[in-house]
Order: sequence, then C-alpha cells, then structure tokens
Amino acid sequence: MNGRTLTATLVTTVLLATTSGAYAGTTLNAVKERGYVKCGVSDGLPGFSYADEKGKFSGIDVDLCHAVAAAVFGDSTKVKFTPLTAKERFTALQTGEIDVLSRNSTWTSSRDSALGLNFTGVTYYDGQGFLVNKKLGVKSAKELDGATVCVQAGTTTELNLSDYFRAHKMKYTPITYDKSDESAKALEAGRCDVLTSDQSQLYAQRIKLAKPGDYVVLPEVISKEPLGPVVRHGDDDWFDIVKWTLFVMVDAEELGIDSKNVEEMKKSTNPDIKRMLGVEGDKGKDFGLANDWMAVVVKQVGNYGEIFARNVGKGSPLQIERGLNALWTQGGLQYAPPVR
Amino acid sequence: MAEAHPSRSEPPPASTIGAFGWLRRNLFSSPFNIALTVLALYLLYLAVPPLLRWALLDATWSGDSREACRANGGACWVFIRVNFEQFIYGFYPEAQRWRVNTALLLLILGAAPLFARAVPVKFKARLGLGLLVIYPLIAFVLFKGGLFGLRVVDTSRWGGLLLTLVIAGVGMTAALPLGVLLALGRRSRMPAIQTLCVTFIELWRGVPLITVLFMSSVMLPLFLPAGMNFDKLLRALIGVTLFQSAYMAEVVRGGLQAIPKGQFEAAAALGLGYWKTMALIVLPQALKLVIPGIVNTFIALFKDTSLVLIIGLFDLMNIVHNATTNPAWLGFSTEGYVFAATVYWLFCFGMSRYSQNLEKRLHTGHKR
Amino acid sequence: MAAYTLTPARPSFWNNPEIRAIAFQIVALAATVAFGYYLFENTQTNLRRLGIASGFDFLSSSSGFGILQSLIPYSETSSYGRVFWVALLNTLLVSALGIVLATLLGFVIGIARLSKNWLIAKLALTYIETFRNIPLLLQIFFWYFAVLRAMPSPRQSLSVGEAVFLNIRGLYLPAPQLQPGFGWVLAALGLALVLVAILVRWAHRRQLGTGRQFPAISVSLALLLGLPLLAFWLTGSPLVWQVPELHGFNFQGGLAIIPEMASLLLALSIYTAAFIAEIVRAGIQAVSHGQTEASFSLGLNPSLTLRLIILPQALRVIIPPLTSQYLNLIKNSSLAAAIGYPDLVAAFAGTVLNQTGQAIECIAITMAVYLTISLLISLLMNGYNRRVALVER
Repeated sequence: MNGRTLTATLVTTVLLATTSGAYAGTTLNAVKERGYVKCGVSDGLPGFSYADEKGKFSGIDVDLCHAVAAAVFGDSTKVKFTPLTAKERFTALQTGEIDVLSRNSTWTSSRDSALGLNFTGVTYYDGQGFLVNKKLGVKSAKELDGATVCVQAGTTTELNLSDYFRAHKMKYTPITYDKSDESAKALEAGRCDVLTSDQSQLYAQRIKLAKPGDYVVLPEVISKEPLGPVVRHGDDDWFDIVKWTLFVMVDAEELGIDSKNVEEMKKSTNPDIKRMLGVEGDKGKDFGLANDWMAVVVKQVGNYGEIFARNVGKGSPLQIERGLNALWTQGGLQYAPPVR
Repeated sequence: MAEAHPSRSEPPPASTIGAFGWLRRNLFSSPFNIALTVLALYLLYLAVPPLLRWALLDATWSGDSREACRANGGACWVFIRVNFEQFIYGFYPEAQRWRVNTALLLLILGAAPLFARAVPVKFKARLGLGLLVIYPLIAFVLFKGGLFGLRVVDTSRWGGLLLTLVIAGVGMTAALPLGVLLALGRRSRMPAIQTLCVTFIELWRGVPLITVLFMSSVMLPLFLPAGMNFDKLLRALIGVTLFQSAYMAEVVRGGLQAIPKGQFEAAAALGLGYWKTMALIVLPQALKLVIPGIVNTFIALFKDTSLVLIIGLFDLMNIVHNATTNPAWLGFSTEGYVFAATVYWLFCFGMSRYSQNLEKRLHTGHKR
Repeated sequence: MAAYTLTPARPSFWNNPEIRAIAFQIVALAATVAFGYYLFENTQTNLRRLGIASGFDFLSSSSGFGILQSLIPYSETSSYGRVFWVALLNTLLVSALGIVLATLLGFVIGIARLSKNWLIAKLALTYIETFRNIPLLLQIFFWYFAVLRAMPSPRQSLSVGEAVFLNIRGLYLPAPQLQPGFGWVLAALGLALVLVAILVRWAHRRQLGTGRQFPAISVSLALLLGLPLLAFWLTGSPLVWQVPELHGFNFQGGLAIIPEMASLLLALSIYTAAFIAEIVRAGIQAVSHGQTEASFSLGLNPSLTLRLIILPQALRVIIPPLTSQYLNLIKNSSLAAAIGYPDLVAAFAGTVLNQTGQAIECIAITMAVYLTISLLISLLMNGYNRRVALVER
C-alpha cells in the first residue's frame, strides 16, 4: 500500500453508492476444500468463549462453531478459532478472515443491513444490566446519577447506556476499554462505580473477580440483546447451514433428543424425530451436506439444553437460570421452525 | 665545582590524588557542586533502599500460589516463575517447545563465529549471508511445522518472547534491504523514481505505527481479491516492515549524502556501472557511517513490536499484561511489568552497546 | 596510416543511459499505477460484494455514545463529525502538554548529563539508558495499571488543604472562575505587553547608539506582573476558585485530570525526555570550547556568553532532531488507545469505526490528520533550517 492506494480507496469510497451484492455462495465449498471452519469468537468471556491455560476454547459460542463443523465435516473438531476484539469482529467477517462469527454479538437492524451481515438466529436472549459494588449501597439503576461507568468500546452497550441515562435525565462519565476483562479490572480497582454489559457477561465477569460476593447485578434490564451467530451477506447456502445448525439443536431439545440417546432415538417411531435424524427422507441433503448431519451435530455437540447447562447453566460456575432462554414450551423464547 | 642537585620532586598534595582527591574534584569542588551532590545523594536515599527492599530483601521467591506472597511485603517473583514458560513460548504446545529451543540453539551456534575475532572476514560474510537467507526458512519450518512429520502449530499459538523475537527478527532482516533500496531511489537522478520513493517514505513516516497496524489488520483484506487471505501475524509483519523501512531509508540516505563526490567519479573512471558503484564503493562506506542510526532503528523496531498488542497478538508485552489480569494472580502487575521491562531493556541496551563496539572496530584508521 | 577518430562511438540504442533511464521510469510508473488500480478494483469489488455502505455521509449522523473527556461541548446527540473534533483536540492537548514537559525535563537531564559533578552525571545517564530502552507502551501500562490504579477510592482521597484531591478517578484541582471585571485585568495585561514591546525596542536602539545598557528584562517583568495585579486589586479581585467537592459518586466541580491522561502524559514526557536529553547533550558538546574562550577574551560575562555565543550555535544543532522528537511524541500519543484515553485513534479510528463499520473512511481520515500534522511541521522546520543554516563563503 502506498499513497496512490490510499487515494484510490478514498476515491472508491466517495464514488461507491450503497449497493447490496447478490454474489453466488461458495463459502461451503471453500470451507470443505480447506478442511476446517474458521470461526471468530470472543477473546475471553467465561461461559461463551474462553481459552484455558492450554489455549483450548469452551463456551456456548464455541459450541456453536463445533456444531457447524460437525454439520459440514461430521467432525466437531474441524474448526479453527480466531479470538477477536469487539472492534475487529465485523471487519474480520466482512473480509473473509472467518466464515462465521460467533461472538456474543447483538442482532440489530443496522448491523443486519449496512454492515453487510446476516444474523442467523439467537443463541442467547440477553439484556443489558449493571454490576456494582455492594459497598455503594445502590439498589436500583435509577440511583446512578453522576456515576462513572465502565463499558466496552464500540458496542451497542455503549449506545444503550447513553440512551438509558438520557431517558432518565441522569449524568454519567464513560470509561471505555477494548476488552471486557479490562473493564472488570477497572471496576474492581474502583476506577468506575458501575460496570455495564449484557447480564450474561456480568455474571461471567463476576466470577472472575477476586471477591465475587462483594458485587451485585442490579435488577434493571435496559435493553434487548439477542445474541447470535453472524455470516456474510450474499451467500444464502452458508447462511442456511449456520441458521439450521442452531435450529436443530433447539428442536432436538424439544423432541427430547440429546447426545446420549441420539442412537436410540433413531429407532423412534415419531416421524419428526426420524426426519431430523436422517432415518427418513432426505432433509439433510437439501443443505448440500450429509443426510444425517443433524444427528451428528446432536451426537457430537449436544442439544441446546445440554450446551446451555454445561457452559452457563447448572453445570457451570456461572449458574445462570434458563429464564428467557427456556424452550417456548416451558415459558421461554427458544423456538425453532420444524424440520420438514 | 658545585654540582647541581635538583631537589627531589614532592608528591602532589594529598588532597588532589587518590580517592579523596577524586571525590574532591568530582563531587565537592564548589558550594554549588556540594549542593548538587547532597541533592543526588538524597534522591538515591529516597529511591534505592525501598527499591532494594521491595525487589530483593522482602521479596518472595518460592511457592507456587499467591498465598505464598501474602506474608512478605515485597515483590512476588513467584508470579513470574509460575508464568515463565508462558511468557517465553506463549500458547505454543508444551510437547512441541523443543522445536523453538532447537531453532534458538541453531541461531546461537550459527551466529557465534560472527562474533569471534579469530574467524576470517570472508568466512564471516558468507556465513552471515547464509544465516540471513537460510536460517529464516529453517526457523519457519521448525516453528510452523507441516513438513518432515512436524505437527502444524498455528501462528495464533505463537506468543510471548518467541513472537516478539519473530516479529523483530523478520522486521529487521526485511526492513534493511528495503530501506537501502528506498534510499537509493530517493537519491536517484530519475525524477519518477525519486518522487515514488519520497512519497512512500514520507507517507509512512508521517503516520503512527498503530494506524498502520490497524490498517493491516482491518483494511488489507479489503484490498485483496476475494478468497486471498493473509495470516494475522503476516499482516502485522508486513505493516511493521514497511513502516520501519521508511525510517531505515532516511538513515541510509544520511550515509549516502556523506560520501564525497570523488568516490562516484573514481568509480565511474574505473568503468563501474551504477549497481557495481553502489554495491562495491558507495554502500560499504555509507552503511559503515550510519551503523549507529541503523541500530537505533533496530532498537525502535524492537520496542515497537509491543504495539501488536493492540491488534490482539500475544507478544511478550500482551502475554504479561494478560497474566496480570488473571484472577488467581491479581495485584502483581508491577512485578509483571518490571519483568517485561527488564527483558526489553536487556535486548535494547545490548544492541546499543554492540553497535558502539562495532563502530569502534570498523573505524579503519581515518581517526584523526 | 590509420586515423583515429576522436568522436566516441555512439552507444547503441538500448545501451544509451538516457533512454534506459526513461524506459526504466516508464516501467516503474506503469507498475505502480497498475498496482494501484489493481488494489482499487479489488476494494471496489469487495465493497460491492459485501454490501458495505460507503461514503462520508456517516459523519453527520448522531453518535449516541458518551466520551470521557471533551474540550468542546459534546453530547450523545452530537454527530460523528463532532466526535472527530473532540478526539483531535484530545490528541493535540496531550501532545502539547507532553511537548512542554518533555522539553523541560529533557533539557534539565541533558545539562545534568554534562555536569562536572560525577554523581549527577551518572544519575542522568542512568535515567537516559533506562527509559529509552523500555517500550513506551510498557511505560504507559506501568503508570496506568500499576501506579495510578493503586490510588485510593474517591471517599478516601489524598488531599492537600481540602482543595486538591488525588484518587483513582484522577487529580482534582480548584478551577479559576472569572467574575465580571476580569476583563480589566486582561486589558491591563494587553497594555503591559504593548509597553514592553516599545521599551525593548527603545532599549536596544539606545544600546546600539550609546553603548549603555538598560535593564530591560527586569523592567519588563515588573510591568507584565505589576499592571495586571494592580488592575486585579482595583477591580476588587474578580476571580474565585471553584474547589472540587465530593458529591455522590465523584468529585464535582474544579479541574479534573483523569488518570488516563495523566499516565499517558507521564509516560510520553519521561520517555521523550530521555531522547531530548541526548540531543541537548550532543548540541552543547558540538560547540567547541574555543568559542567560550574567545567570548571571554572579548570581555563577555558567562551569562552573556551562554546567551549570545553558545545557545545560538547549540540550538542550530539541537532543533532539527528536537522537532523530529516532537513529531514522534505526537504520533506516540496514539498509544492512548490502549488505556482508553479518547484520542483520535481510540475514539475515532476505534469507537466510531466500530459503531459505523466504515473502516476505510475512518482509517483514511485518521492517517490524513497525522500526515498533515507532520508535513506542516516539516515545512516549518525546513523554513527554519534555511534561516539558521551557516552561510559559507
């Protein structure tokens, strides 16, 4: 790159009108040829995406990537994780550095339209909350007038925060960092009074503090934060695969299929189950994948309930309730279209 | 006839020789000087004893958790010891670390003759050139794997001091030749070449490295055809190299300008063409003149490698910073930073000392 | 007998150096243009394929996020364009303060390095060798995460006379509040400036004419301080100090220096001062001792020797590298992004880029700003160099 490149790109950007591309999808082929899925994840958020000392990733977002790999290759380990900061994530996807972004990203209209992205579904229904030190004696977010607030730079959180304080005629001082870890450390040191983020993240950050018991999450939820995987515009086949990988996991939970009983379930007489596990019909093939890919996903990664429990729910240190993320049959919002 | 007996010369006054004389001359020569000495001693008194107490006397050296450090008020070097492997190798798989060690050993063995005075210069030159060309290939294969049955270790697992040295090493070996070419271009008599080189150099020198790294990490992929993708590390390397080559070019230009016209004319009289004149007559003299400048650029490059933290690569700086945010080891950021600072300092100071040494040795008899 | 021709054989067409040079340049230019066009085409295709909206329209839409420090009025409803100015001013603020501090510190250390006092010289040397061999980013982190993070909470602030407070949120100083009538003080200062200008010119002319000196400096200082003070007293002290007070979560009122800026400023000045000290040392050493001796033999006293003989010559050597250190400092201030100080790179090339997704536009604007600053300063420097360059006979 040199001077002329810069000028050239400047001219490009000035000349280019908003154009949405209809580009024949080849991501699936590229992935198959390469032999693994390139998946963008968070750079450190327990329960969603977290690398242990050995560099092994785990979490809900990570499991979604494993599920996509299982769908494409029948092998959930054929995935390469790229840890991304909030700033880098969308460009990394736009430019093809990764095939799918699974990094607790909120689905919003502008991201879906202007950024050239497609959200494939909702892995976790979240909402923005506040984490404060008990010592402050604050019981409600409405008592936060004049507070110093730590927030991750370049996120929707930053925008919601400003909206909330403006709507309640309160003032605040924002402290912004690129990494959520840094914000948590700043809260702990007392650089800010409040840490604001999606509630799931607050719980995750809290267990990383030295004295988790000293901090409480305030009751107010100030935003809707549907978090989900993201793919590029213009490749509908790939979009379908990622979208249905998640749907399959939700449907599997609803039908009572989990990683342990999936082989037995193949003998089930329920036509819904038979279709899904590839015993009957060729619904799998429609995606350009193996006919039993849905069964493989459930077998190797698990159904939605299993993933939730092991990463953020009862089986994890985070101990988050299912709440909004329960199945629709149990009063929650998780609802997937049928395999038919 | 009386003989002249020169009187025995007296020794100089006791106050001007020995330790006492030195003290008097250098520390207590005037009231102002005395005041300065007192001030300096006071500053030392303020800084040194607490520092020693913190770093050595009250420090904790043994144990393997933060609990071990509770009792003592001083530094907790256990933190460094526990994380040491990670600081050096990053997330490089433990079972494969012998590959990194082998590469390092090869480098030391290969480079050792360069520093020995007994080795003939011609051999040194060939060895040096060989190291520059062949060693990076060997090191790359060792680090990355994929050949000769070595397991592939993805560049995202490289980290710590290893990554810092990789970036610095590649940056240095690539920036110098590129810088020389740019400097020659800037001194060229062809207007088009000159304009191109000046634009290139001034563009890179005018912007901060951090924006260059941002650009290489978020924008480079947009410039390339769809499907063509560079590794994150490679992109950072390209950014660092292009950036430093511009600075290198300016240093080399200084050397070129210092070569008297007579040298060019003499070369022309001997019938040497442009490239031969440059390679055999001008550059050897010019580069020798600007060794301090070149090494300064190398030092700057070495320090600048820490900026890759901002684009999320886990170099020494980032891995130390990351370890200080580990909940199990909260409150030991000072120890971490002091450790990292010491490592960087050793490398930079070593380089500057070596360059001074080299400068003295290469000073071939023109000293007046 | 064979006759020797005296005209040299004309080189063949392809061996003619001039033709070769032209051909070479055409090839180089064509390659560059082709490369540029290739990148341009790729970018265009990529943007269209990815459906990324582009253009500079986003600058006028409202930002919706808060900024930690702003020198001009800014709120969440301000535009992204406003964010740009806020961020640019923050960069310029920290750079300007850094340049002043680094210069002061650098000159002190540089002179100390040449001190005849062994201890002082070695201390200065230790300072230089320590700080210039440690990456700046590491120093910023040290000040921010290790030192300023260890400050007490607002309720346990360290205070000086209940007016100056230091805590983890920053350093709070009393802020001057101008009352009506302060205009007179400013007017008095203006008057003093005019008087001083006239006085200095007159004193210079008198010295040239009669050889008698006039204590212009002390009289000028007296004027500059005296007149405004007199006006201040006459108008009834139209200035009150607003003392910061703990109010709710934080201190309110007064002048606050946030730790992000403080640590950036500390690290920038300490790091750059190490380089400036070396430049100052080299500059002073470049003036040969003969100059001092010649000056003394002409009867000039030491202070005049320093002012009229040594400094002008040393400055000629010092100023060019000093300016490039200033430029480095301005560029290095972009490391603010690592600790959340809202400078141009953090707030504009970071947050705005991420909120809007306009990567190319944001990075291009940011680079253009830095490039403009360095080209402007380079131009000024070239002018200065031409003015002070030795005119050789």
